[in-house]
Amino acid sequence: MNVVTPQGEASLGARIVDDGIEPGAELLKVENVSLSFGGVKAIQDISFDVKKGEIRAIIGPNGAGKTSMLNVINGFYHPQEGTITFRGNVRTKMRPYMAASQGISRTFQNVALFTGMSTLDNIMAGRQLKMHKNFFWQMWRYGPAFNEEVEHRLEVEKIIDFLEIQSIRKTPVGQLPYGLQKRVELGRALAAEPSLLLLDEPMAGMNLEEKEDMSRFILDVNQQFGTTIALIEHDMGVVMDLADRVVVLDYGKKIADGFPSEVQASQEVIDAYLGVPH
Amino acid sequence: MSSNSAVKGGVPETFPQYLNYNAKRFGNRPAMRHKDFGIWQSWTWSQMQDEIRAYSIGLSELGLKPGEKVAIVGQNRPGLYWTFCAVQALGCVPVPVYADSVAEEMVYVLNHAEITFVVAQDQEQVDKILSMGDKLTMLRHVIYDEPRGLRDYDHTKLHSIKQVQQLGRDVIAKDGDVEWLKLVDRAKSDDLAVMLYTSGTTGKPKGVMLSYHNLVESARNANSFDNFDEHEEIIAYLPLAWVGDHVFSYAQSYLAGYCVCCPESPETADEDRREIAPSYFFAPPRVFEVMLTSILVRMEDAGKLKKKMFDYYMAHARKVGERILNGESVGLWDRLQYRIGEFLVYGPLKNRMGLTRMKVGYTAGEAIGPEIFRFYRSLGLNLKQLYGQTEASVYITAQPDGEISADTVGKPSPGVEIEIAESGEVMYRSPGVFQGYYKNDEATKETKTKDGWVHTGDAGFIDTDGHLRIIDRAKDVGKLSGGGMFAPKYIENRLKFFPNIKEAVAFGDGRDFCAVFINIDLTAVGNWAERNNISYASYQELAQHPEVYKTMKEHVEQVNRDLATEDMMAGSQISRFLVLHKELDADDGELTRTQKVRRSFIAERYGELIEALYDGSDEKYVETEVVFEDGRKGVISATIVISDASTFDQAQPMKEAAE
Repeated sequence: MNVVTPQGEASLGARIVDDGIEPGAELLKVENVSLSFGGVKAIQDISFDVKKGEIRAIIGPNGAGKTSMLNVINGFYHPQEGTITFRGNVRTKMRPYMAASQGISRTFQNVALFTGMSTLDNIMAGRQLKMHKNFFWQMWRYGPAFNEEVEHRLEVEKIIDFLEIQSIRKTPVGQLPYGLQKRVELGRALAAEPSLLLLDEPMAGMNLEEKEDMSRFILDVNQQFGTTIALIEHDMGVVMDLADRVVVLDYGKKIADGFPSEVQASQEVIDAYLGVPH
Repeated sequence: MSSNSAVKGGVPETFPQYLNYNAKRFGNRPAMRHKDFGIWQSWTWSQMQDEIRAYSIGLSELGLKPGEKVAIVGQNRPGLYWTFCAVQALGCVPVPVYADSVAEEMVYVLNHAEITFVVAQDQEQVDKILSMGDKLTMLRHVIYDEPRGLRDYDHTKLHSIKQVQQLGRDVIAKDGDVEWLKLVDRAKSDDLAVMLYTSGTTGKPKGVMLSYHNLVESARNANSFDNFDEHEEIIAYLPLAWVGDHVFSYAQSYLAGYCVCCPESPETADEDRREIAPSYFFAPPRVFEVMLTSILVRMEDAGKLKKKMFDYYMAHARKVGERILNGESVGLWDRLQYRIGEFLVYGPLKNRMGLTRMKVGYTAGEAIGPEIFRFYRSLGLNLKQLYGQTEASVYITAQPDGEISADTVGKPSPGVEIEIAESGEVMYRSPGVFQGYYKNDEATKETKTKDGWVHTGDAGFIDTDGHLRIIDRAKDVGKLSGGGMFAPKYIENRLKFFPNIKEAVAFGDGRDFCAVFINIDLTAVGNWAERNNISYASYQELAQHPEVYKTMKEHVEQVNRDLATEDMMAGSQISRFLVLHKELDADDGELTRTQKVRRSFIAERYGELIEALYDGSDEKYVETEVVFEDGRKGVISATIVISDASTFDQAQPMKEAAE
């Protein structure tokens, strides 16, 4: 009889990303960054930092430049001025895949999954950068590429277990409801074992229950994997509960930066959200 | 280490003794499987013995003393099943609690049972327990199975099962397990084995006390009734706190030595069942209904050829399938066609449902629709009915092979005596009869007579073949003001046999006519709406759609037509009905945790709607308070349409239909 030996709980705690930065030290530093599209100044002279292990929220009214800021961090936009320091390395120009290989993952405001592929394959795709066997090996059903795939599959299964999406493992993501697609996207971002995870409105368009689930997953990712998270979110209740520190943008400028309670009390922030006669 | 001590007298009497016995008998046979990380992980009986022994000794290191009660909260996972045995080995009593009960419900049970340790599945359940805080005065330790999200919690009173097992392993490495084995052997068959709280359609839950003798005898009888041995595999997916799961997935497994498989998550249970293909399968009628509905819905979307093949061979199966299963004589040509059908349709269908290897399947808890019952039997599946209660350690009656019908619940199980009281109530006496309700002598006296007979609370009679038939809950059977008998369950079941109708509640006791609330089935009606280009945004909107009302009216009138042909029930045809704007839900107290309708509660909650059914109005505006899954409350409001339905003359139903 073929009896598989039980494998015990996977040691999720051991997967805390080792990127050479001490917890609490600066992981990412944005200094005097400005970005403009023609005459539109999307970001003006913004500086802030993200510390290792924290949840950092970027908030602001519509058009404040939040997503642009994320795209700058991600390497998708190149700022005209200013420097970005990630894991101690200063960078000016880079491509998004370089950001990915340095340990930055992200999710998108509008879900950007491969809709025809299953949940499993989508998350597997997130491990692309960690697969090393070349095309030749991948042609064969057995051998090193196969072993490599098994290893990666285990990691992906841990993520599936973590996000409680076992029931949709083989479902094409195009058929999934929006809330679950968001979760799959988070899974794909996690698959890259990022040291910095960027979440662009992870809770947009969700109902209360889905929001609560997502909040719990974000907190768990932060605690369990020690992943540093920078997120954009509109739901103030969520931001105040989740974030360790908050930076507030308005019309491309930074108007506040600090703990949620400080930011909440700031007159400038209240004005930005409620509007004042200019 | 001397792990397999001889059991005294050779015959085990308790489950921990059976564990040690099985580790010796079936050491290398699988005892339990669990799908985790996408793979079925297995434990043999001797591996399981290791796990449970370490766990048990760890618990005693934490200070669990003999006689104390341990609550188990969660879904079907090996760790939680091990808890039963680990706790029993120490002379303690496990008390499984429904995992989906809200905090307030749980507080009552945990305090009533004087719980000192809680074993919870995951963070969600741990949070629920911790949120009760000081209300649980006797609670000392909380133990969890799944560590996710719990890393940063204060671990002075909180432990993972793994940590507890490590404590135990350290002790075993130092002192061995002799003391533990002695403790296990000391237990007697009259000791209290488990306390199961009945969800109760009325009042507070009651703790049913079952001894080892009750469970071991019932399980032994059941195993021999259906010839179960160590080769069976079953899938454990029903609530741990329900007596059925406790007997099928724990007691019977320990006695026969068969393998219990835990699904990956409740949502994947269907998929996992397909992979395991259990040889013994139990499900309440609802599960069979849902399975059939989903098949029929998918066949609607299938290609023309497939649809034709399905319709043709299903018609053939309806004609001869059940007769072949019952071993009656069937013509050669029909048999041949049935074989082809098996290859083309029945086989793939059974595979789809994960019932390919099913030797015996049972359904119980509610009446099953004759159509549904026949569907499964015509595929060659040996589906049977049984009738049981928590108070009886499940088994009261069961259908023997070859004596199956949709409207009886079978003959008395081995060792069970049955009597019908003068009031029409079914009473029984058996070795499985419970010890009493915990700390509730009054209720015990009401239910159990001095000489061991138990009131079931169900009205029924024994038919000419010696089979028991259940009509309804004895207290629910009433009279219409015209004098006719009114058995609500009977009418509701008739309605529920339509796939479009998920739940129905009938009213009529002391009234002029019978009227019903209907709950539509979102899967079936939603699919129908999609195919007919009916757009809807919510359950509420779909439920109130005029086309839905039209369909429901057809269903109601069909039921009336059927009722008109029955002497006893012709008077209780449905004159008016409405479709409820929300699904009846256990969180709102409308259903019990085992999904039975709580009639009196619903009558109170929707009093306005019932009045509207009887005062002739066409619609009614209502606001209903609902409880969300996390325990918060909200209000939904709706204007509900009330519709009339035609009733039929008892004498000439055909004539009316022809006009």
